Amino acid sequence: MNTAYLSFAYLLSSVLFILSIRGLASPDTARRGNILGMVAMLIAIIVTMFSPLVSEYLWIAAAVVFGGLVGTFIALRVKMTSLPQMIAAFNGLGGLSSVFIALAEILAGSQSYLESSLGLLIGAVAFSGSVIAFAKLQGLMSPKAIVFPGQQLLNLLLAAGMITVCILFVISGSPNLFYLLAGIAVILGFLLVLPIGGADMPVVISVLNAYSGWAAVGIGFSLNNVLLIIVGAIVGASGTILSYIMTKAMNRSLSSVMLGGFGIEAAKSAAAGEEKTAKAGNPEDAAFIMENANKVIIVPGYGMAVAQAQHVLKEMATDLRRLYDVEVKFAIHPVAGRMPGHMNVLLAEANIPYEDVYELEEINREFATADVAYVIGANDITNPLARTDPGSPIFGMPVLDVEKAKTVFFVKRSLASGYSGVENPLFFADNTIMLYGDAKKVTEEIVGTLERK
Amino acid sequence: MIDIWMLFTILALACFVGYFVVWGVTPALHSPLMSVSNAISGVVVVGALITAGVSEMDVSKILGLVAVVLASVNIFGGFAVSHRMLLMFKKKKRKSGENE
Repeated sequence: MNTAYLSFAYLLSSVLFILSIRGLASPDTARRGNILGMVAMLIAIIVTMFSPLVSEYLWIAAAVVFGGLVGTFIALRVKMTSLPQMIAAFNGLGGLSSVFIALAEILAGSQSYLESSLGLLIGAVAFSGSVIAFAKLQGLMSPKAIVFPGQQLLNLLLAAGMITVCILFVISGSPNLFYLLAGIAVILGFLLVLPIGGADMPVVISVLNAYSGWAAVGIGFSLNNVLLIIVGAIVGASGTILSYIMTKAMNRSLSSVMLGGFGIEAAKSAAAGEEKTAKAGNPEDAAFIMENANKVIIVPGYGMAVAQAQHVLKEMATDLRRLYDVEVKFAIHPVAGRMPGHMNVLLAEANIPYEDVYELEEINREFATADVAYVIGANDITNPLARTDPGSPIFGMPVLDVEKAKTVFFVKRSLASGYSGVENPLFFADNTIMLYGDAKKVTEEIVGTLERK
Repeated sequence: MIDIWMLFTILALACFVGYFVVWGVTPALHSPLMSVSNAISGVVVVGALITAGVSEMDVSKILGLVAVVLASVNIFGGFAVSHRMLLMFKKKKRKSGENE
């Protein structure tokens, strides 16, 4: 196969990759998009295999099959609640793959020092950062931010050292400096993600996703491979845009997330002053109020997913609709899950049609016309202090205006504050009724009451 | 040998394409977007295949092979999990399903 064929196949493959992402513009075309992506990858792999650049087949075929089996096995078994961990792990593997390619290139005598270094650095940071993100999401280590004095100074020194070693390597081309570079980048990746707390994980995963793309761009430059540059840039853009969307949804800047320590400054709110009382209700009352409503908006948060309440929630929605002719909608905040779009997947898994699920901007005005807002396993994303209290750490974050509904139900274990550590004044509002208990049990009891007649 | 500025041109244009295509993705599908982009970032497998495709077995070939395995996990895992997720996004069966 000559080079013209190779270039044409790479062009075809690039176009298909772009169309594959394009397909995700709507759920109707998304599956086709995914299949286009597979076709594009197949083309890329086959033409590379049969190009003059490759002269041995047995080992690489075995490697593809082995990796493919492992990946498919993991992907078919993972629970949708564990999706963020899996994506974090895969980002890490992608980064590590770039690291090994860069190392192999340099050992094989490649002269493209700067390009390889970039692939190596970004890949190594993506790898070690993902290891920490995975450990935090999987519960292997505390999800809390880990901060120690001098941390930022240390990171700064490491970054400066990394750049110095990188320059020295580009000048001298000594492989030892290249190993040193890899080591520093790995340590830096660890240190960068350690101070980032659980609620900021959606941002971190997006950033690491972007890194795995930019690492591919670096490798593309070192191998003069156009396909890697195009696809890497698209993945990089995707991760960068998702990071932007996530930080915007939390009203945080990327730098404040990366520097870490969310929730620390919020400790002061504990001593707020006068004793306030929240009204508690029971599931039967909630069922009666909801069956007499015209419109109910359900606001799920990550706590709902932890309690595995999505299926019973779907039952509740179906019962309200079918037995009592109530209009039911779901409202999702962009950071309701542990990664971008996580809550949409969890609701889809419970067979809730995507037309019933609305994004924050689409539905926020509708709370004023709703009779009931049913908030389940969510807290910070409904906190009105984000709109009213400039002193609050979550001030400026877009929130769902649930308090505009006639009645607000909060399904929660206790009055404890959310991830941000900020107390939610809504718990004490006149139109709020707290339903204490496990999200799944409470909803099951409501369903029981709804179906009794 | 391709001119380095040619590569930069391609990079810049690809960034623009990526920017517009990704903003077009509906927020409901941001998780599949991540897993699909995860899978397609496995395209580094092309680089891995080239480094691992040499005939003599040495350290750099072994490193290349490891890279092939890792990238393949990414590719197959990413596409498979995306497929699983996308199968879940169903339309409402409005006419037949509502009053049965």
